[in-house]
Amino acid sequence: MTDFIADRAATRKPDFSNAHLRKRYRAEARFKLYGIAAIVAALGMLAFLLGSIVMTGSSAFTQTEIALDVTLDRAQIDPNGTLDPEVLAKGNYRKIVRDAIRAQFPDVSGRRDLRELYRLVSTGSDFTLRQIVETDPGLIDTTQTIWFKSSADIDQLNKGAIPRDVVESDRRVSDAQIGWFDKLSADDRTRRSFNTTFFTSGDSREPEQAGVLGAVVGTTLTLVVTLILSFPIGVMSAVYLEEFAPKNRWTDLIEVNINNLAAVPSIVFGLLGLAVFLNFFELPRSAPLVGGLVLALMTLPTVIIAGRAALQSVPPSIREAALGVGASPLQTVSHHVLPLAMPGILTGTIIGMARALGETAPLLMIGMVAFIVDIPRSFTDAATVLPVQVFLWADAPERAFVERTSAAIMVLLAFLILMNLAAVLLRRKLERRW
Amino acid sequence: MTEAFHVENNPQPVEESVSGMSEAVEAGMPEVDAAHAPTKVKADNVDVFYAEKQALFDVSLDVPENQVTALIGPSGCGKSTFLRCINRMNDTIPICRVTGDITIDDQDIYDPAIDVVQLRARVGMVFQKPNPFPKSIYENVAYGPRIHGMAQGKADIDVLVESSLQRAGLWNEVKDRLSESGTSLSGGQQQRLCIARAIAVNPDVILMDEPCSALDPIATARIEELMDELRQNYTIVIVTHSMQQAARVSQRTAFFHLGYLVESGATEMIFTNPEDKRTQDYITGRFG
Repeated sequence: MTDFIADRAATRKPDFSNAHLRKRYRAEARFKLYGIAAIVAALGMLAFLLGSIVMTGSSAFTQTEIALDVTLDRAQIDPNGTLDPEVLAKGNYRKIVRDAIRAQFPDVSGRRDLRELYRLVSTGSDFTLRQIVETDPGLIDTTQTIWFKSSADIDQLNKGAIPRDVVESDRRVSDAQIGWFDKLSADDRTRRSFNTTFFTSGDSREPEQAGVLGAVVGTTLTLVVTLILSFPIGVMSAVYLEEFAPKNRWTDLIEVNINNLAAVPSIVFGLLGLAVFLNFFELPRSAPLVGGLVLALMTLPTVIIAGRAALQSVPPSIREAALGVGASPLQTVSHHVLPLAMPGILTGTIIGMARALGETAPLLMIGMVAFIVDIPRSFTDAATVLPVQVFLWADAPERAFVERTSAAIMVLLAFLILMNLAAVLLRRKLERRW
Repeated sequence: MTEAFHVENNPQPVEESVSGMSEAVEAGMPEVDAAHAPTKVKADNVDVFYAEKQALFDVSLDVPENQVTALIGPSGCGKSTFLRCINRMNDTIPICRVTGDITIDDQDIYDPAIDVVQLRARVGMVFQKPNPFPKSIYENVAYGPRIHGMAQGKADIDVLVESSLQRAGLWNEVKDRLSESGTSLSGGQQQRLCIARAIAVNPDVILMDEPCSALDPIATARIEELMDELRQNYTIVIVTHSMQQAARVSQRTAFFHLGYLVESGATEMIFTNPEDKRTQDYITGRFG
């Protein structure tokens, strides 16, 4: 019986025909093609996304400015000539700026026309002027040519974002304003310069005065809190669970719960933060401290899971080797296992931190969505973060916030790339030790 | 003497093992006097359980001082389990339970008062697969002395590292590249590095768990020579699958089968005149 089967099996030979071979080659070529197509599609999407962000956002890095000849009349600034900073701060700079604009267009009259004329420059121009006078009071009683930021609408007009060929009532800039601006341009009194304000100031209702620094500082402070809390606690938990804890029903339960926590929607962590940190512990609202705490809770499961995976991937022979020469369990872990697992743990932490960096929902719950002009100086100051800033600006009606939204996204991405770069460098340094 | 070895289907190991032993004698090794050597490690009625499954049954074995004791037997017979009881490496397996007594120098090593870390410093171990730390050669050897406070300064450690590497027969090959990674060495060198690492803490007993199974014959020969030298200062217990190796390097042999210690005695006796039929079947290659 078995001989019969063996005989039959022996007559069967592999199919070495060309048709069979061609079929296999075709299948391999097809598979390769699918792979390349998938990668091209993914890269194309990414390029499209980044391209559209850069196209929309890059104009936010420049700002239209208008040069005005300002007469710094002593009577308006410092009538008694005391040069007292308090007096200087109270000077009527608005009138000086307005006089300077009117000097350019002496024939404009009437309340409505004048108001439109004044709107050529930013409402922040009087502050700009005040700062100039405060830094150099010697300028009083002289006439200076000073570049003022144009208002956001004029800026958008200059950048072509507000079309000139539509009906006047359908655009935010009047025909008269366009005429004045063109005349200023013809006189070489307009220019586009680098928008430093975008990087040096906090949020503002006026797009031309709005910047991301407040959000960048807020993000930094929040992530510092997140990292300080989630990294050590996460690594400790992972080390304890993986290397020391007995394997029993309790540790199984803990493991299941950690895995579940990693999948909990982030807004739930926000609600938890609201209930626990704000309502129960009465920590300050909108503060990076609370934001960091909430994000740390959210990041912890990721760090623990990545940490455990990294520890598991350390070969057991290293543990045996260390225990074999009489290292204590703690020495085994701290001298050998943990350093070997560290690159993996860092990768996991960075993934968690990157997720925390982009998180908006839980921060809305604890009030980090508030409109905050001041740059936060401490962990308890009211602050906002970059993704929330993007969210706020995306919601703003002004045309000029569109480009700023994209620009803020670029800053956010740059932040992310910087963080990842730091992690890669750190990893490489740690790995080079062996 | 060689009667038991004359088996048609496997004559090769006979000649090798016999010649191996006679070489050792010719080389002027210390007289093997198993009966009179003081007992270093003594196991009494040792049972080992993995959860409900019993892996070792009532093992009693005396390991004499300054001799090489080989544990042989087919795979899964419990010889590695027994070896790992001697430095309590089985403690790291949570489901493992050991009963019975094991003493080293008449001291019960499973006594709750015994610190397992100190025990492992006294009982060094070399594993099947060379497992140097992914650090420099120097650091590999210096690690043990450092954590046990054996040296006062760098000079002390340098001396320990050099002498350990010399005793492991590796010094001349690595003295110019001590800062290179231990993992960059060849397999045989790595295993000798592991031996150097084990003897750097000056243990009383060295356990070797199939130390040559991942090595080529030349590297194996090197390690075997080393064992012969080391036994003057240390008590060595080696698990091996190679009966020729057991015959070449050991003075005492213990044969394990299915968790039982079937027979133990002078290597010469076990290989030439085994009492138990199972031992005879195994060493003549009828099973295993």
